[in-house]
Parts: sequence; structure tokens; C-alpha cells
Amino acid sequence: MRHLLGLRELAPETIELILSTAGPMKEILGREIKKVPALRGKTVATLFYEPSTRTRMSFELAAKYLSADTVGMAAATSSVTKGESLLDTIRTVKALGADIVVLRHPSPGAAHLAARVEGCSIVNAGDGTHEHPTQALLDLFTIREIKGRIAGLTVVIVGDILHSRVARSNIWGLTRLGARVRVVGPATLIPPGLEQVGVEVFHDLREAVRGSDVIYVLRIQRERQRQAFFPSLREYTRLYAVTAEILDLAKPDAIVMHPGPMNRGVEIWDEVCDSPRAVITTQVTNGVAVRMAVLYLLAGGEVKRDHH
Amino acid sequence: MSLRVKAIIMDGEGMRRVLTRMAHEIVERNKGTEQLALVGVLRRGAPLADRLARKIQEIEGNKIAVGYLDITLYRDDLTQLGYHPRVYRTEINFPVTDKKIVLVDDVIFTGRTVRAAMDAIMDLGRPQSIQLAVLVDRGHRELPIRADYVGKNIPTSRKEIIAVYLQEVDGKDSVVIEERVGA
Repeated sequence: MRHLLGLRELAPETIELILSTAGPMKEILGREIKKVPALRGKTVATLFYEPSTRTRMSFELAAKYLSADTVGMAAATSSVTKGESLLDTIRTVKALGADIVVLRHPSPGAAHLAARVEGCSIVNAGDGTHEHPTQALLDLFTIREIKGRIAGLTVVIVGDILHSRVARSNIWGLTRLGARVRVVGPATLIPPGLEQVGVEVFHDLREAVRGSDVIYVLRIQRERQRQAFFPSLREYTRLYAVTAEILDLAKPDAIVMHPGPMNRGVEIWDEVCDSPRAVITTQVTNGVAVRMAVLYLLAGGEVKRDHH
Repeated sequence: MSLRVKAIIMDGEGMRRVLTRMAHEIVERNKGTEQLALVGVLRRGAPLADRLARKIQEIEGNKIAVGYLDITLYRDDLTQLGYHPRVYRTEINFPVTDKKIVLVDDVIFTGRTVRAAMDAIMDLGRPQSIQLAVLVDRGHRELPIRADYVGKNIPTSRKEIIAVYLQEVDGKDSVVIEERVGA
């Protein structure tokens, strides 16, 4: 594996390899001394052109637990404000010695563009509304850890599908591993053409949730809502908030996921996100393990099977 | 390129006898099983550790702790390999501090795996001591490391391959010397 740009181009075997490497990584997180020497001497640079706390901390901790060195750059305080292009910034970071660059950028395709720079691996940590592959991988890992499988499960993604890179990456990953995916939200927030990739589209939350194994609640991204995609937040909440009553329509052992940060009382109710069926903090912990797996596999270059 | 069997060193019966003797040696050296714990190096050290633990239980009558250790993330050649090998899960569900740890592996060769295993154990705590049990010692050490319990010493050339097959992993018990043939 040279780069991790999106789940769309990832073969099911590569997804499997990442998930099965994340398992042993999670064991390390439970140790008193959370550190192994695997990436000693490697440098991981985090370049964030958009605000983020958890993704960035998660990547930095993942790198540190593997003994890599980390450096970070937030766009607001860097030469980006002096007009440097993305490719020039990546070249500079590579020249400084970075082996792996973790990139978050508001433009879709930014990670693919950055991957043109020879000699370092790019991890897409979110490119606009396009993809957020490590989020989807940690979600797949979490579902499999709790449910024991992914194939055959019914997963409902609720909310603003149109603007959500989390939804996009999850749709690629879940369908590739054999889950049945439903999306539900206002018609204005569902992109066209989803049926062609095998996704069922609903506009009624109750109908969509009925009999499901996983309810994946998306954050209403107020920062991306430049136009009015729904009449009011109150209207959205009335129709699409996940409440205890909605959760009751799913299977009795259904779980609730959210990529964070949550808007309590908007897309998810306290009674749901504080219930034992919400696995949101597990997702956060698993994120570190999955990112350790990704960094480990990227630092090794090509992906190869068993070696004996 | 294929592999040709040059010699069969041990069959199932032979392996059983060797492990029985090693179990006795471990108990004798440690004067019983107090604070004793076996840690199998994944993958083939793991079933060997299980078998030794069962034999020790038969001899002494009490159960001893067994764990499994993956040393991939501690290898000293990760930067040279050109790819990263598969990582397996370490399962050591007891505190290693103050334990007498017996590392168990199928073959000792350069000693680098054992070095990695010792580092990995030290990251989990501070054992009272670490000992090493191997089914086969094939020589060619590159580090100042030796085994405390050896099933069989097999002098080899570097080109030869020592293959240990175990029922739990491979569906049969045997140790053979193999050689690469063809290009």
C-alpha cells in the first residue's frame, strides 16, 4: 500500500488486511506501556487545512504509539497563509524528511493531487465532501468487533448524505464487504445515483430504521450549509433526530454510531447517545488502532501476505 | 522454485518424547511451578507452549499461565524488508512482573527473534527471569543468545530450511530439513 486516498479504490482484501492488523494494534492500546518500536526513525507529518481535534490527535497518538516522530501543521499558522500551493507544501514537508503525510483539506481530490509528489505516502484524513477513509475503516472495525461480521448486516446512515465524506467512504466500504446499506434524510440532502451502487434510499426515518442492525447518525454540518437544504433545524430534528423511540424500531441488539462531534438534541438525543447501545467512545478508541494499522502498512510499502 | 525434503528429523512420536523431556527439565530447573509462566512466540511457538503447559500440569498437578507473543512490531529488519509482515495479536492475560517467563519457539537460528521477544516482554513488565525453550537449535547465531532447553540440536547450512510442522497449525507433527531446488 503506497497511499490511503479513499475506500472507493480499495480492494476488499486490502480492507480486510487493515482491519485484521488493527486487532493486534488495539491490544497495544490496553497495555500499561503503550509503545512498540515498529516505526522507529519514521516521520509522520499531519497537515490540517481544516479544523479538527479528534482525527488529528488520533493520528498523532497512533504514530507515537508506534514510535514514529510526528510534526504537525495547522494551515492558519503556516506559510499557506502566504500563498504557498498545496503541492509545494507537500514537497517542502517531504524535503523536511516526512515519510508519511496525513492530509486534511477542504477540497475534494486534494489527497489525490498530493499523491503526485514522489517519495512520501499520503493518508487522506478528509478531503472536502469526498472521502474520509480512516473514519470508515474504524467504523467497519467497530461493527465487526461488536457484531462479529459485516456481510449481511443492515446499516442505516441518517442525515446529510450529500455533504458527508464519512457517509461516502462508509458506503464504499460497507457495500464492498457485503452489508446492506440504507440512507435516509431530506431529499435535498441525498445525492442522486446512490441506487446504482446498491444503496436503498429512504425519506422516512421510521421506515428506514425498521429491522436494522446499525444506525449511523451523521452530524449536521452547519459549516457546510451555505444554502438552506432544509427549512429549519427544528424541522430537521422533528423528522430525523434519532430518539429512543426510533431506536426501538431497530433490532433489539442494534447499535448506534456517530463520527463526532455530536450535536446533542439536533441529530441525536441524549437518551440515545448516552445509552449502552451507543458505541461512540468505542469508535474513538478503535480509531487509534485502525490508524496505527494504516501507518504500519504504509510504512512497509507494498502489501504482502504471510511471510515465513 | 520448489522445496525438496532432504531429511526427516522428527516424527510425531519423537516430538512427543522431546517435549516430555523438556517439560521435566523446566520443572526441575525452576524447582516446581511457582511463578512459572510460558510464553509462546507466534505462530508456532504458541501451540508448543500449550503442549508444554499440559505436560507440566501432568507432572506437577497444577495449571500454569500461558501467553502468546507476536514480535513483528519489534523486528530489527522492518526498515529493510520492503514490505511489512502481518501482525498477530499478543495475548498475555497475566502480569509478567516477578514471573519466571519461559519463552517457547519452534526454531532458534540467528537469535534475532528471541532478542525481539525479550524486548517485547520487557515492555509488558519486569519478570524475575526469562528463559528460552526451543524445539530445534539449528546454529548460526548472530547475537549472544542461547537456549536453556533444547529439543534437538541440528547442525545445518544456511541454505537449508528447517521446517517445523505442528498439528494445530499444519495438521501434522514433524521436523524436516528442506532444500530449495530449481531457479
